[in-house]
This record gives sequence, structure tokens and C-alpha cells, in this order.
Amino acid sequence: MEDWRKDQEVLVMEGRIKVPYRWFAGEVGTRYLESLRDKGVFLGTRCPGCEKVYHIPRRHCPECFEECSQWVELGSSGTLESYTIVRRQHPQLSPLPVPYGYGIIRLEGADTGFLHLLGEFDDKELKVGDSVEAVFSDKREGNILDVKFFRPVKGVE
Amino acid sequence: MGKRVAVTGVGMTRQRSARPDVTGQELINEAVRMALADAGMTRKDIDAVVIGNMDHFEGVNYVDTWSVDGSGALMKPIMKLTTGGTTGSTIAMAAYYHVASGLFDRVLAIGWEKNSESDTTGAIITAFDPFWDRPIFAGAVAGLALEATAYMHATGATEEDAAYVAVRERKHALNNPYAHLHLNMTIEDVMNSPYLSWPVKMGDMCPRTDGACALVFASEDVADDFPIKPAWVLGVADRHLWAYTSDPYLDFKTGEAWFPAMQKSARDVYDRVGITDPLEQFDVAELYLPYSFAGLRYMESLGFCGKGEAPALTRAGTFDMGGKCPVNPSGGVMSSNAIGATAIIRVAEAAWQIQGRAEDRQVPDVKLALATGFGGCFWSDILVLGKEKPEKARG
Ligand SMILES: [Zn+2]
Repeated sequence: MEDWRKDQEVLVMEGRIKVPYRWFAGEVGTRYLESLRDKGVFLGTRCPGCEKVYHIPRRHCPECFEECSQWVELGSSGTLESYTIVRRQHPQLSPLPVPYGYGIIRLEGADTGFLHLLGEFDDKELKVGDSVEAVFSDKREGNILDVKFFRPVKGVE
Repeated sequence: MGKRVAVTGVGMTRQRSARPDVTGQELINEAVRMALADAGMTRKDIDAVVIGNMDHFEGVNYVDTWSVDGSGALMKPIMKLTTGGTTGSTIAMAAYYHVASGLFDRVLAIGWEKNSESDTTGAIITAFDPFWDRPIFAGAVAGLALEATAYMHATGATEEDAAYVAVRERKHALNNPYAHLHLNMTIEDVMNSPYLSWPVKMGDMCPRTDGACALVFASEDVADDFPIKPAWVLGVADRHLWAYTSDPYLDFKTGEAWFPAMQKSARDVYDRVGITDPLEQFDVAELYLPYSFAGLRYMESLGFCGKGEAPALTRAGTFDMGGKCPVNPSGGVMSSNAIGATAIIRVAEAAWQIQGRAEDRQVPDVKLALATGFGGCFWSDILVLGKEKPEKARG
């Protein structure tokens, strides 16, 4: 194609957009995260229309469009619905050094899955449908990483 | 019902890994000039413009304003749309809606991207929820990998089944001078390529590309006045379901590990257009398959075959050039992915196929073509294009 680069430099303007944000968790998100931080208890919300229990808790059922006003305590273990093992590090974004896993976990008592990290697993043995349990962080600060990761439940097949 | 609408002009840049010789709006201009020339139009003939890309890939907001020098939109009605991977098909659908409304006769639709100008993964992460997804999730590849794992578990499909899709797409691209990658890959090449995020390997994934594409959409009142035969848009549909990363892998209602947004948008448009057997009725399909496993699961979600049947059909060559319904004669997304342009390129290629202008990648005698867009957040746009002018607008 063009050989203009033989005679000219390729000039670029380097830039980095770094905008500070403060995202509010809102009433529902705050109640959920406080329970996780202070008691180590996962909470979901139940839709009065379809009775589905949402975890992560939702304020409104997207289907029935009802307010999910009822809170439900959930188990801290659940089922692995899908997963991946990340092999390529992203310098800023990877939450752990590679290789690490993450998956979709449906907690006991919930009708929907949520995303979290996987740890202490053997990648040759891990499979969809495995029982996994939460391992909490030593220092809990009121965000989703108060759960360090999920690991396979030992002795359960 | 609205006006019947046709594609009456196509413009597309060659898709390349980087275009350091042009700025974004200059890249846009290449596609726009080509589309206008194809349609026998000048800038003055454009009634309105719909444009789109993903802001964070170039770090420039309000592209509608910033690009008027190149887009032809100076002092004209213009609307910018950004919907992730579906951006290009959303633009095409919005241009279609503009014309179908009867308010505009000739609308220019432009999709573009310069992925070379940023960190694609870093930009993509801004599409995800800051509380529940971003602390865990690391970009598009690993999100797709969750889908691949669920699909393999549900059907027993293998990584090698997916490699057949990756090889087919790259082989098809060898016929397409517009494609970014021209790779003569083998199954072994794909299988031996490094894992990015198990089970997805380098050979399974799309590249990052710079490119632009522009289409002219015209109403039935003027569609026959253009130098090229119109490619009629018979129907469009879209469905979205994503709030969080965990949402799209399961159908909430049935608990099935399928792709409900694609199934439902396809069924919606098929019902209106009269498609009962996609594999029999479509002559060609240009599908947004961002990675190899999509070429299995989406064929099933689009109704080309039953659940778990796509691997056998793929291995048998059903979707190859010369097969029953060639998929992605262009080489598809796995050969070129300028994200905001990618889904409108599917529509452009479908139009070229209908008009008999696809050159070395032409499928013989195309009467009915399917084009899709896939969003990074698992949503789905569907467009059906036809050679014959429909009896009435079907939406
Ligand atoms: Zn409900």
C-alpha cells in the first residue's frame, strides 16, 4: 500500500485518560456488601412475582418488573456453572497472577449465578457442576473481593 | 407499516492491523466516499447520517461531531450509536428505521474503529459493572471462554470442533482482499496455538483491526434510481438481556445453557419474513462470530440445526464455500475485527452477495441472506436481506 513512511516519521500523540470515579452501591448494594463484610453472609432478593431469588441481589426483577423487597440468606457454597482459566496476564486488569480461574457460581438458595474468582483447584479435575465454597478475605472492606475466591469443596463428588 | 428499504450503496476500507496514515475521521471518509460513489450520490444527496464506534477504543467522545469533516454530516441530521460489538448492526438497523419511518429517503450509515489506538481489553472493561464484574473480569476473551466451557459441557463438543470453524473462516478470508488476516491455517495450527483463557486459544480468536464501512439505505420511493440493484432489507430484530456477566449463559426461564437473546431475535424476524428452515432457505450468512466456538453455538441458536448438531455439520463442510449455506465468505470476524465497523460489514457483505458483487467470494445466485451482530455483552441483532422487493414492509 502506501510507502509514505519511507520519507516521513509516524508521529503519535501519547495519552492516558485517567478519570476518578466514585460509584455508589445504593441501598440494596450497600446492605448486601455490609452483610458480606460484617457477618460473612451472602444475601439475595426474592421477586414477589416469579419468586426467583437473585444473587447478586437486584432491586427489581427485570422480567416481572416488581420490586424485590424480600431479603433471603444464602449459603456460602454453591455450584460452578461455567469457568475459564486465564493464561495471559493483562498488566493492569488481571486481579491475580496467571494462571488463575474464574467462573459463574450459583449459591445455595439462589436462582441466578454470579461471577467470582476460583482458587485452590486442580485444573485437570475442575469441571462444570462442581461444588465450590467461598473463602473470605482476612481484611474485609465492603466490596466483592471480601470474598477472596471460591474453591472446590473437598470430599464432595 | 413503514416504507420498504434497500441498501443501494456500499463502501468499505481494506481492514488492516493499523492505519497510521489516517486519523479516525479520514478513515471514515474513505468508506463514505466509496459508498457515495457506489450510490451515484454526492454529499448533498444525504438526508441524514447514523454513525457509531466504541468511544473508549479511540478515547474520543461525541464522534458524531468530531467526524463531520469526514462523514459528510456537516449541517445534516446525525445520530451516534454505541452498543458494543453490535454497534455496526445497530447503526444499520437505525438507518433502516430512519428510512422506514418515511421521514428520510437516503440515509448514510457509518461504522468504524481504530483499535490500534488503544488497549482493547482496557477499553472493553468499561462496558462491565464496576461493583460486580470489573474486580473479577478481565476483558472479552475470558468472557467468551465462559460461554465456550458451558457449550462444551452442554453438548460434548470439543476444542477441535471449534478449530474447524477457525480454519474455515481463515480459508474464506483468502478470497477477500478487504480482510485483515490472510492465514492459511490448519487444525493443528489452531490446536497448538497458546491458550489465552482455557478453552480459548490464540487461533480461536478474532484480531484487532482498523477499518470503516458505510452503507446507503434508500426508501422504496427512490431505490430504483440508483446505479446498482437494491438489496432489500426484509426484516430486522434485536434482543438484549445482559446486566451482569453471569446473565447470558443461561436462559432464566428454561435453565438451558443457550443463547436466548439470539434465539429470540432470530425467531422474531424469521416469523415476520417467513423463514421456517434457515438452513434450506438462506443462500448465505454473514455472521458476527468473534471466536471459533460461536460458529458452533450460534448456528444452533439461529436455528440452522438442533442443539449439539453444529459440530458435525461444520466438519461436513455444510457452512464452507460450496456447502449448503456458506457462512462468512468474507472470512468473518475471526479474520477482521474493527469493532464498530464489524457488524455493519456483515450487512455490507450480505448486500454484495445479493447484488452479485462479491467477486472471488461470491456464492452463486443469492436470493436470501442473513446478517447478524453480536454484542460484547451477549446481545444480538439480526437482519435479513433479499433480492426481491418485498410485497410490503414487515418491520
Ligand atoms: Zn420476577
